Amino acid sequence: MAIFDEELKALREKVLKLGVMVENAIRDSVSALIERDSELAKEVIKRDHLINALDVGIDEECVRLIALRQPMARDLRFITTTMKITTDLERMGDLAVNIAERAIELNEEPLLKPFVNIPKMAEVAQAMVKDTLDSFVTGCSRLPYEVIKRDDEVDELTVRNFEELLSFMIQDPKIIPLAVKRTYIAKYLERIADHATNIAEMVIYMCKGKIIRHTEIPEE
Amino acid sequence: MPGTVEIEVKDLSFYYAGNLRALNKINLSVHKRAVTALIGPSGCGKTTLLRCFNRLHDLYPKNRYEGEIMLQDENILSSGTDLINLRSRIGMVFQKPTPFPMSIFDNIAYGLKLKGIKKRSDLSERVEKALRHAALWDEAKDKLNASAYDLSGGQQQRLVIARALAVNPEVLLFDEPTSALDPISAAKIEDLMEMLKKEITIIIVTHNMQQAARISDYTALMYLGELIEFGDTDTIFVNPQNKLTEEYITGRFG
Repeated sequence: MAIFDEELKALREKVLKLGVMVENAIRDSVSALIERDSELAKEVIKRDHLINALDVGIDEECVRLIALRQPMARDLRFITTTMKITTDLERMGDLAVNIAERAIELNEEPLLKPFVNIPKMAEVAQAMVKDTLDSFVTGCSRLPYEVIKRDDEVDELTVRNFEELLSFMIQDPKIIPLAVKRTYIAKYLERIADHATNIAEMVIYMCKGKIIRHTEIPEE
Repeated sequence: MPGTVEIEVKDLSFYYAGNLRALNKINLSVHKRAVTALIGPSGCGKTTLLRCFNRLHDLYPKNRYEGEIMLQDENILSSGTDLINLRSRIGMVFQKPTPFPMSIFDNIAYGLKLKGIKKRSDLSERVEKALRHAALWDEAKDKLNASAYDLSGGQQQRLVIARALAVNPEVLLFDEPTSALDPISAAKIEDLMEMLKKEITIIIVTHNMQQAARISDYTALMYLGELIEFGDTDTIFVNPQNKLTEEYITGRFG
């Protein structure tokens, strides 16, 4: 049993490591955009294979533990949650790559207008990612419920960002290619927040054994 | 989930001779045509409880029951219970196969003869039916007169099940029926239970968590003579409500 506990601890640490790598990717991709630093953007793209490899490694470890340890109850919920969480984390990494790609493209063009909504969205989305990972480690607390509520904030910012850019595009159709890329970036951040929400929901499942996905407002 | 209750245990306590209390006020509903698994660490009382269901403890005169075990409308703990009849209604299969030292045929015919069935053709028919029922017919049909000891351990265990089935029981009790068997023989017994529960009620004591998870519909966790948690097997193994259950089934107990 002591060995199994060690294995579970090691697995949890791998998920955290993946989480940190994804957080860094998101942070750097947004910095690359706002600071107009294409070298940093290229770094994010280059590092993505490490995230993918760790995602696969964690999945293999989960399958191994299910086969060899036949986990039950909270161990079972922890391992199944880990498998789902890493999928979400890996997708977030891909979205950070998408942000980095758009950043490189935008950095080659003059600045359309100062960034206002996107940094705000990035801030909320990053905090959501951080808090979901914290809740995964600390377990049962209010944190995952808070994360789920904050998703609405990001959704609102996405809409506001689009409306503002739309008015720009109507005034000057020449800027449409740049404005569309900015709406893409907002969409990527909005999806990162959605993945964070998925993780928060899975953490609640891990704690309580209750699946709250696709329900209206989660009860604590 | 099959809803009807076959056996209702009410405030059951049990004392071994010398007043050692082995069960403390157990309340439990055993559902009809379902498998109920009793799990718990050694000495928790699960085998003691299993043996109450067909009054095996009566073999030692100073053992004492309190409370009730209702089989349909009848308290089987009452002094008027006909134990021979009870044990044909509620059969028992033990950990190690217990064939009688006689032929395969006679092992099964034995109980039938006790019930007054004497005609050779009737006996043959019932023996075949029981062996088919226990998924042993194909392997045994050509050597019905061979000694039961010629069978492998897994086959012997199925012979014992066939013997219990021959007298048309309503309930079968299994006390770690596969712990002395190899995985393939064990899987055959598990498959057999899956078939049998369509017609009879099964209660099984097992130390094998995965077995309990695989084959039972309901699981009861016992500890120090008490029933700690009872519920759907799905719930017990995915999201148990009791801390002790959680510790036990995740192997962190003690």
